[in-house]
Formats: sequence, structure tokens, C-alpha cells
Amino acid sequence: MSAALIIDAAYFAAAFLFIYGLKRMSSPVTARSGIVVAGWGMVVAVLASFLYTLDVSEAARPHLTTNMVLAAIALVLGLGWAWWSGKKVEMTAMPQMVALYNGMGGGAAGAIAAIELFGHKTHGSIGLTLAVLGGLIGSVSLSGSLIAWAKLDGRINKTLRISGLQAINGLLLLVTVGLGALMVAKHGDVTMAVIAVFFILALVYGVMMTMPIGGADMPVVISLYNAFTGLAVGFEGYVLNNPALMIAGMVVGSAGTLLTLLMAKAMNRSVKNVLFSNFGAAGDDGDAEIEGSMKPVDAGDAAINMRYASKVIIAPGYGLAVAQAQHKLYEFVKLLEEADVEVKFAIHPVAGRMPGHMNVLLAEAGVPYDIIFDMEDINNEFKEADVAIVIGANDTVNPAARTNKSSPIYGMPILNVDQAKQVYVVKRGQGKGYSGVENELFFRDNTNMVYGDAQKVMVAMIQAVKSLEGGGH
Amino acid sequence: MEYATTVLTGFVALYIFMLAAFTGYEIIGRVPSILHTPLMSGSNFVHGIVVVGALWALLNASSTLEQAIGFFGVLLGAGNAAGGYVVTERMLEMFKPSDKKKG
Repeated sequence: MSAALIIDAAYFAAAFLFIYGLKRMSSPVTARSGIVVAGWGMVVAVLASFLYTLDVSEAARPHLTTNMVLAAIALVLGLGWAWWSGKKVEMTAMPQMVALYNGMGGGAAGAIAAIELFGHKTHGSIGLTLAVLGGLIGSVSLSGSLIAWAKLDGRINKTLRISGLQAINGLLLLVTVGLGALMVAKHGDVTMAVIAVFFILALVYGVMMTMPIGGADMPVVISLYNAFTGLAVGFEGYVLNNPALMIAGMVVGSAGTLLTLLMAKAMNRSVKNVLFSNFGAAGDDGDAEIEGSMKPVDAGDAAINMRYASKVIIAPGYGLAVAQAQHKLYEFVKLLEEADVEVKFAIHPVAGRMPGHMNVLLAEAGVPYDIIFDMEDINNEFKEADVAIVIGANDTVNPAARTNKSSPIYGMPILNVDQAKQVYVVKRGQGKGYSGVENELFFRDNTNMVYGDAQKVMVAMIQAVKSLEGGGH
Repeated sequence: MEYATTVLTGFVALYIFMLAAFTGYEIIGRVPSILHTPLMSGSNFVHGIVVVGALWALLNASSTLEQAIGFFGVLLGAGNAAGGYVVTERMLEMFKPSDKKKG
């Protein structure tokens, strides 16, 4: 049996396993097995590609031993580092880690394009066009993802805002695409300097495009770059005549694009707005006069009130995860459930740092997914709830999004926590939310503030309920 | 028996791209938002297949420059695949339903 046949069969198997795996990943019941299935697809494809060594090009034959050693080192280093870093990353830091791995994929696609172009290996205008496009998109994804990672990881705090930046970026992109077109027009017969400048400009463009985007919008950007990398991989797959890359890349390209649109919609932002405007830049005049005052309440009192409620809905936000209070929260929830209180979690689409992030953080604490509800499924239940408790969330429960047209968050769907009979807000201080908007919910008559670190507050609540049970004996 | 590698050009390639694009769209279209983060991470893992392309490019490198870029490509591609797998698996591992007790 020839090596080519084995390789083709392996790629077919890999493509099937990827799609089947992604399909299984789309339901919480089968999701875990989905990634394992897709993982086997990867193993099969990588193992089969070792057969490449039997049939390398004439020019590469004298270098084969060196190339094999280099490949082995690169594989071991890449796998080892990523395995180690992936195992130790905190769940709260997951979005930026995904960004980092995604950028690496974009870089790999860019590297394939670079070898094809520098080595004049691709012929024909379709192949060249796709090689150039894949190189451009992959490079933008690499440098853009690195910036996204650095921003979410707190390594870059500045948001670049120069007037005329968009004109500069537009020009930059134009020149880069122009160089790409030149390469295609000249059938790849250009000097090395042209190719090098093309890749450098593409990398610079990725940086410039990402720098002005604020942290709140970053998940959308990461998801967009994920789709970018997919496209780049698909295009380079065509160049290499590799169906596994073509299929996997294009599936991710389209899935990622759709996911990006869904995320942007959930955040009430359009992708265009995310990329070409500055979040919150126009919103500072949005503070309307707010009547009433914030009324603090003791954590223990709030806990006992919930213990005797019949229905409690929890609206968690990123602040909960920052305080690492998920575990304590779930402990408290179990106490309430033992006292026959119906407890549900209400998840805003952008709770956490990206859609679904909060579900991951709650799952980490052991909260079963069937008491966790999406916003649209639970929003009508708040009016039947005795207590709604907001922990570490702010903008996602701000009624100004419904009424105040001058507010930068106007129009964003929010959790209807204000409709509950009693609202508790667990909050560290009196500061504003991520978008810098004052929250009128905090001033409502039916709202009480529980000030303090979320973890300490949960501990106090647990103690209050436990001492109550203890006192009953 | 002589087997020749399938060559995917022109419309055959277009068909593949089109069907793959619809497949991706259909898979994600029906996903509950609780799975958005793991699924983004899962699709991030899937494009880690780029490591296979980078391996081919490196093994066929015939100059020092190509070897250097190829090394870089395989390194990054392997990181994408392995990192994507580990974090996705870690996230999905945690999704579980309530215990049998049901009020």
C-alpha cells in the first residue's frame, strides 16, 4: 500500500472526526466526548504526516535528516509548552489563553505562506492568491491575537486612541494588499525584500487594528481572529493540496464567523462598531440624575432572608470569579436548597469575559448546568422571585440600558433583576461598572447593598444560615 | 497497485470550501450560549491541524531560511493544537448535570 493512500485515508478520517467532534461539542451532554473525538482526529492526521518523510521533493532530499530533527524538536517544544501552560492556566484567564493559542495557529499558517512564497513553490494565480491571502490573514491573526492576549492579561493597559488612526490603518492595509497583488501579478517572481515587507506590514496591521479596541470588546475580537485563523488555514490547505486543512480551516472559518456575530449580538455591539469605534468614548454624558440612595444591609441578614424565601435567583458577574467566590457561593446555594428554597442562576450572555465564560466558571465550582439558565429563558421569572442577588455584576443588570438613550449601554438586553421583590447587590465598593456607567438599580427602593469582598460575604452568609440551623436544636 | 494523491483544484476545491463552510455554520447555529466559550476554544483546537501543513513545509524545506520559518511554523502549530485541546478538555470536563436528587 502506498504512503500517499494512507495519508489521504488518514486525512479523510481526521476531517470526519473533527466535524463529528464539533457536532458533539454543541450539546452540554455530549460535549466532553466531542473534544476527545476531535483529538483523535488530530492524532491520526499528525501520525500520518510522518509518512511525508518517504516522499519529499528533490531539492529537500539532502536536508531531510536536518529537517526531521528540526521537526521533532519543534513538535516536542510546541506540544510540551502548550500542554504545560494549558494545564496550569486559571479558568478566569481562559479567554486570553485561547487568544494566544489561536494566534499561534495564525502564525503557523503565515509561516506556510512564507515558505511557499520565499521558495517560489506555488504556481498559478489561484494558488498564489490564496497563499498571499492566507499569509496576510494568518499574520494579522498572529499579531492581533498577541495584543488581545496582552490586553486581557493586563500586560497592556493603554488603549491607543490617535485621531486619524483609521486613515493610517486603511492606508497600511491598502499598501499590504497592494504588495500581495503585486506578487500574484508577477507570478511570485518578486524580490525577497518585497515578500518580507509584505509580512512585516501584515503583522503591524494586526497590532494597529487591535490596539484601539477596549477590553470589554476583546472577546468578539478573539472570536473574529479565531475565524481568521480558520480561513488562513483553509487557504494554505489549498496551496498544499491538503484536504484536512481545507475542510478543518473552512469549517472553523465559517463557524467562527457565526460565533463572532452571535457574541457581538449578545453584547449589543456590531462587529463593525467593535472594530472601528471606541467603546464608551461618547458615553460620559450618560449619567442622568438618579434619585434615592444606596441602602447597605448586613450579609447575615440578607442570608437569613434568602433562607426563608421560596425562590431565589442569582445573577453572577465577572466580579464573582475575580474574588474566587464561586465555590463558597455554591456551598451557600446547597444550604438554601436543603432548606427547600428554589435557587436558579441567571446568566447574561456577556457575564464573565465572553459568552459562556461564566458557565465555565460556575461549572468549575461544581454547579450543575441544569440550574443555570440563559437570560432569555429566565428573564420572565424574576417577577416571581422573592430575592434576586447580584454578585459582581453591574452593567448587565443596569435598568438604564432599557430607558436612558444617552447611556453607552442603551439597548443592551439586561437581566430583569429589578422585578424581584427584593434585590441584594454584593459589591466591593461604590464604584461604577466596566463601562463606567452609574447603576440606578442600586438606588431603587427594593435594592439593598451588601458591601464587601464577594468571598468574605459568601462566608458570612454561610455562617449566618448554619448558625440558624444550629440554633434550632 | 499505484495510487496517486487526489489533486484538489478548481471546482473540486470550491465544492469542498462551500460544503465545509455550511457545515461549520450549521454546527454552531444551534448551540446554546453556555457552550460558546468552550466551542470557540474547540474550534480553535481544530484549526491546529495547520501543524500538519507546517510539518510538510518543514520536511520539504531546501534552504536555511525555509528551515527556520518551517521550524517556527511547526512550533506554533503544535502549540495551537496541544494548547487548544488541553483548555477545551478542561472546560468541558466540568460540565455536569445535577446529582440524582431532584426536588
